[in-house]
Amino acid sequence: MMVVTQGTGSVGPWRVALRQLTGNRAAVGAGALFVLIVAACLAAPLYAHDIAHTDAFTSQVSATTVVDGHTVPVLQQSTAGLGLGVTPIGPTWDPTHYFLGADGQGRDVMARLLYGGRNTLLIGLASATLACVLGALLGIVAGYLGGIVDGVIARILDLIWAFPVYLLAICLSVVLLTSGLDLGFVHVSADSLLLPLIIIGLIYVPYVARPIRAEVLALRGKEFVQAAVGTGASDLRLMRREILPNVAPTAVVFLPLMASITMLTEAALSFLSVGVQPPDASWGTIVQDGLGLLYTRPMVGLAPGFALALTAAVLNIFGDGVRDALDPSARIRSGL
Amino acid sequence: MNLNRRRAWLAFVSCAALALTACASGGPGPAGPGPSAGGAPGPANFEPQHSGGTLLIDSKGAPGTLDPQINYDPAGWQIAEAVYDGLLAYQKVGGPDSTKIVPDLATAMPTVTDGGTVYHFTLRPGIHFSNGQPVTVADVQTSFQRIFKASGPTSGTFYQNIAGATQCLAHPAGCGLSGVTVDPATNGITITLTRPDAEFAAKLALPHAAILPASTPDTDQGINPVLGTGPYAIASFDPNSKLVLKRNPRFTEWSRTAQPRGYPDEIDYRYGLTVEAEVTEVENGQANWVNDPLPADRLNELGTKYASQVHINPQAAFWYLPLNVNLPPFNNPQARQAVEWAVDRSAIVRLFGGSALGTPVCTILPPSYPEHVDYCAYTKGPPTTWSAPDLAKAQELVQQSGTKGQPVAIVVQNDEVNLAIGGYLQSVLNQIGYQATLKPLSPGVQFPYIQNSNNKVQISLTQWYEDYPAASDFVNVLLSCNSYHPGTDSSINISGYCDKDYDAALDRAMADQQTDPAKARAEWGELDRRAMDTALIVPLFTPNYVDFVSASVGNYQYSSSFSTIIDQMWVK
Repeated sequence: MMVVTQGTGSVGPWRVALRQLTGNRAAVGAGALFVLIVAACLAAPLYAHDIAHTDAFTSQVSATTVVDGHTVPVLQQSTAGLGLGVTPIGPTWDPTHYFLGADGQGRDVMARLLYGGRNTLLIGLASATLACVLGALLGIVAGYLGGIVDGVIARILDLIWAFPVYLLAICLSVVLLTSGLDLGFVHVSADSLLLPLIIIGLIYVPYVARPIRAEVLALRGKEFVQAAVGTGASDLRLMRREILPNVAPTAVVFLPLMASITMLTEAALSFLSVGVQPPDASWGTIVQDGLGLLYTRPMVGLAPGFALALTAAVLNIFGDGVRDALDPSARIRSGL
Repeated sequence: MNLNRRRAWLAFVSCAALALTACASGGPGPAGPGPSAGGAPGPANFEPQHSGGTLLIDSKGAPGTLDPQINYDPAGWQIAEAVYDGLLAYQKVGGPDSTKIVPDLATAMPTVTDGGTVYHFTLRPGIHFSNGQPVTVADVQTSFQRIFKASGPTSGTFYQNIAGATQCLAHPAGCGLSGVTVDPATNGITITLTRPDAEFAAKLALPHAAILPASTPDTDQGINPVLGTGPYAIASFDPNSKLVLKRNPRFTEWSRTAQPRGYPDEIDYRYGLTVEAEVTEVENGQANWVNDPLPADRLNELGTKYASQVHINPQAAFWYLPLNVNLPPFNNPQARQAVEWAVDRSAIVRLFGGSALGTPVCTILPPSYPEHVDYCAYTKGPPTTWSAPDLAKAQELVQQSGTKGQPVAIVVQNDEVNLAIGGYLQSVLNQIGYQATLKPLSPGVQFPYIQNSNNKVQISLTQWYEDYPAASDFVNVLLSCNSYHPGTDSSINISGYCDKDYDAALDRAMADQQTDPAKARAEWGELDRRAMDTALIVPLFTPNYVDFVSASVGNYQYSSSFSTIIDQMWVK
């Protein structure tokens, strides 16, 4: 196992990495912003029920609201010209009354943005974790055991890798959205958030597993591994005690970067109606809701788009910080 | 072809033919389209100062095959109207006269003998195809044979009554069609039917009965243009980018009512843009007409900044929700009534584009019909016209019905408007106690899908467009046992309702229509009321269609038969 010695005492690599990370202002700022975004999204029910007093999942086509002290319909019939078209109310910038306006169903965009963020973040983070954990396990097993096991796992990963990510995700989603996922002992309904979570997690496994497998192949010949073999340690113990700790930083580096990718993938699938199913919301479904309102109420599509871009950016900045913290060459470059 | 349009056409054809029969017999009949007796008001005189220029039409996609006897797409039929002629035609004008049948390549309306089984025509002399070849009775005979040889989509439905059609349907390649005989000496054409067909004249006016050169191959011509006799000829066609119509140099106007000369020198269809981009092009004068339904978020802009270029065409139609009376939960009358009470028709009109585009309805028969009775069984306030839904009552009915918590799938088309209305319905059904899901399908798939009982559709969103002003076209077609064909894609009685008593009442109303119209009107109104009391379908609203043309376009005309008449538009 790698041990970093600094100054008079020695500290573990994780503590060094943490120190490195906390010294990176950009990464800390991004991390803080990400925490704020998560906290805001977790507070969605609080905002909807206690501040905006609205139901984000029920059509409010005939609802009214108060703007500048006047009661107005949420969906406003055009009275000019030929009187064609009905336009949802725009942003009022009043947190208690349609802060970001309404969508085509008369629902509060701000409330849906927060609820949608919960789903997008949940699916993004959970599927990224799934991809990293499963990818790390497969990479370690394939790389360490080699032979037929490696051949089979590597070819399966190659097969998944060979498909364009979005095409594979759309195909799986379309099939599974018809009747859900039924494995006999477990059934996932078609409108469950678990479906996009599992699909996105699985399609990104090769992106983590392949580099980790390569790293394990290199580690397998190292002296400390050979020494452990010489002590009669079992394969499982070797993988757990010698290999895993050395590839774990790689998996950890992958996590935030992968989360931004999986979050965008979820948004794309939901935008294409094969991810989160209505009336549930995600940032992708809200962008889709806003597509038909781009000319009249661009905020409906822009707000979730901005939220996505911001969250992806902070995750990438934070991920870069984590990579710098866990990358030895980066530490050398910074003189530690 | 858009199936809703095809359904509309079938009904239209029936009506026109019924009216023709009624007029020929001299007896009383339903008010409806019929043949112009020569004195019918036709199009205005040609105004040469507006002749010329190029009409640019933006369309999302090409209409499919160019073969007029095969194409079954409204956009394809619109083109066919400018390029081809049959023995008869629908009058080429806007407004109600557009449903009247007039002679086209025939010199006059047919003489019908032998109890309605023999039709005598005389071919108009001096007509040429666009290559200069004269039109002969031999072309007429081979054109009718070609309907079967090319396996036209309506050969087995529209033209199966022609003598010899059965053999032609069984063996298309060797089709002789004994029922169509010609006399080159007199230019006479005789069509013999195996049995009277009240709809036959109307069927002859459709593009599938276009007269083509005898040399036309007996297979679908696809992207290869077929010669025609109309004012325009197809100059080029690339289904991915463009179709160009140019003036037929051999065309001279022979009947202003059937086939008036066109105004533009050239008509270009351009394919591939989004509808948003099409609207922008027409606004900027880069195109003349949007050949697609207009996007909802541009309507306000069009209705204010471009009001003079917008044409609103009222439709005798309605959008509705068929409730499947043979499947849970809607096999329970209380569950059906709950949906009737819950759905806010005004809210749905808002989702459709507002009060200028639709009006809430509570009955099957359009309010403009004399048979219509102001009756609104499921609204707050007086039960005459729509006022407001009653969610509490709906929730109570669901509770009483014992269907609370049951899953309900709403099958809708996947375009923007249908999805919006579907989303609202899903929300409402969830509110009254069901577990509602939305099942969006492409328009071409959704309509046959919801008709087929094998697909076990509980509730769907669909439309019915009037093609002729008769109550039977709504109530009889949508709710009779004859319209219910389990296990097929052609079961327009989507609710699956088949009640012998109700059917007998329908038959009585149709019979009384011929002898006692006043009594029949009352009967249709009562049948409509009974259907509402039984809560078989949920009527939502009656729509208007909005067209958008560029500032340079004049003489816009909307035909009930072929929508916008492209070759009568001025661009100069």
